[in-house]
Amino acid sequence: MHKMNSEAGTAHLYRSDMAVQLPDEAGHFGPYGGRFVAETLMGPLEELTVAYKRYIQDPDFLAEFDDELRNYVGRPSPLYHAKRWSEKLGVAQIYLKREDLNHTGAHKINNTVGQALLAKRMGKNRVIAETGAGQHGVATATVAARLGMECVVYMGSEDIRRQAINVFRMKLLGAVVVPVEAGSKTLKDALNEAMRDWVSHVDNTFYIIGTVAGPHPYPVMVRDFQAIIGREARQQCIQQTGRLPDVLIACVGGGSNAIGLFYPFIGDRNVAMFGVEAGGEGIETGRHAASLNAGSPGVLHGNRTYLLEDKDGQIIETHSVSAGLDYPGVGPEHAWLKDSGRANYVVINDDEALAAFHDLTRTEGIMPALESSHALAYATKLAPETEKDRIIIVNLSGRGDKDIHTVATRAGIDI
Amino acid sequence: MSKINHCFTTLRQKARTALIPFITAGDPEPEMTVPLMHALVKGGADIIELGIPFSDPMADGPVIQRASERALVHGTSLRDVIAMVADFRKDNSETPVVLMGYLNPVEVMGYLPFADTSANAGVDGVLIVDLPPEEAGSLRVSLNQKDLDQIFLIAPNTSEERLDMICNLARGFLYYVSLKGITGSDRLDVDSVKEKLQRIRTRTDLPLGVGFGIKDARTAAQLGKISDAVIIGSALVERISAFNGKTDELPGVITIFLSSIRHALDAV
Repeated sequence: MHKMNSEAGTAHLYRSDMAVQLPDEAGHFGPYGGRFVAETLMGPLEELTVAYKRYIQDPDFLAEFDDELRNYVGRPSPLYHAKRWSEKLGVAQIYLKREDLNHTGAHKINNTVGQALLAKRMGKNRVIAETGAGQHGVATATVAARLGMECVVYMGSEDIRRQAINVFRMKLLGAVVVPVEAGSKTLKDALNEAMRDWVSHVDNTFYIIGTVAGPHPYPVMVRDFQAIIGREARQQCIQQTGRLPDVLIACVGGGSNAIGLFYPFIGDRNVAMFGVEAGGEGIETGRHAASLNAGSPGVLHGNRTYLLEDKDGQIIETHSVSAGLDYPGVGPEHAWLKDSGRANYVVINDDEALAAFHDLTRTEGIMPALESSHALAYATKLAPETEKDRIIIVNLSGRGDKDIHTVATRAGIDI
Repeated sequence: MSKINHCFTTLRQKARTALIPFITAGDPEPEMTVPLMHALVKGGADIIELGIPFSDPMADGPVIQRASERALVHGTSLRDVIAMVADFRKDNSETPVVLMGYLNPVEVMGYLPFADTSANAGVDGVLIVDLPPEEAGSLRVSLNQKDLDQIFLIAPNTSEERLDMICNLARGFLYYVSLKGITGSDRLDVDSVKEKLQRIRTRTDLPLGVGFGIKDARTAAQLGKISDAVIIGSALVERISAFNGKTDELPGVITIFLSSIRHALDAV
């Protein structure tokens, strides 16, 4: 176990044989990404880029990050062969990358540990974050408590209402949760407000963005902190099966768990990748969050990417049963992977995700987050169609405990 | 010579500081925008900044955010905003108009159609808040083709290297953001602004405007002494949102408010 961890560790963060060396110096993935912010943030982003480039190659930093991932987060997370579920679905062999077993119950903590350690190195003692479902907020409040930092989390008032338990969890951890009343009162508005806080307090504050979106260097930095998922999965798959997987599946809101799984496989041309977007009540109803499947390129939150927008360029409200996928944009690297054809992006509706939630819970005794249930649902579609013994890895990005109220409500049960 | 350049040249001859009010187009309702623009001119505006409403105004404080929300309730689009300028031009061919907003509506319209339609409507300059010079290349080509001035922001933490780059690219005037924060903040420090403006002056002959956080006539007068232009946004928009009288009385109220700033600037 220990040997595997060190080989899959952060020392290999930059693979020299990587087929795709993106982004460029200014953070562009082809036409996507970049740095679209007001002048006041250009200095802080440059300062962050310099610090990030320095520490991501610094052996002391990487050793500390590795140690935190192993002993605090609990890595490596298992790659679990879901035999009963595979058998039920047909001929493919499905493996689950168990990010739900991480401390705080989701993949988000990989990135918050990395960014908080970087904040400490940069001498910033205050961290801020945006959150939708509350998972990233909890992960940020957790590392802030761990490192003795002041923590402020911005959350849309609508999300605060929907996610009361995570709000209380953040408060228990010592964070201040600020309700955002602007716009649609959800994740995108929380992100706007966190940016405004950062502009006003740049001298002592580090903004921990939770996904692979935002201005450069966030998309590349968050990717590199999450890539531990794919590095472990790649090695575990080879150890357990003697070969690489055939298919990777992960859900995509902003896209951090998906990039974390995909990135170390980008050079493995025979490994197919599927990002699963939230189809909500169905693309045709307009109530969804599938920016890659139903959106168009534009600029929001500091980067150019696919957006859900109206004909005048205003951002439109999204819908998904899973709050973590409820975002009108997507990380710029996904936009690039879509256009380049290296990854495929598909849609799963609320009902299909809920069915997969129940199915996995009953068949394997694993209760997945509703976000991850989108990826699982796509596996149930793909599994019967593939050749015998094909290996599918699904990123089980988080645990479902946070979602039981939603699941109960949908079933008409009052708990 | 662009209308903005001409405006500053004339003001310099008179040793007068330019007053640049900002309002969001479509706020409180689209029919009011053109009357309000005329009211601003009547109150002493030398240049008008007209905000393009956007659903996610990241650099703005609550006052201007809500102005955007009010305008969007009425569906005010970028094309509507440009049409308002054309309407304003029927009675005013003198006062330069600068469109200020966020990039996405411009991206969706297309850079060249945007520049073309704006120039035809009588727009003089464009300031896109979330478009730093590093990303502004292709929009600049389109704006230059139509002789529209591209205006850039300078912040208190802008480095020397970036300052040079911005001064080389900017046209019309430079917009100095007087504090590290969002529009409408109240942490403005006149002495530090003065020091920064002196540093910028050694690098460029472009007129220097100061904005963000100018709340009243007194602050405007203090900044007027050290800059070429004073930009009033949130304080003005606040008055529009607080107004609860008859709609047709609003322009008069706005004229009176801006006149008070004008008098303070001229008294210096």
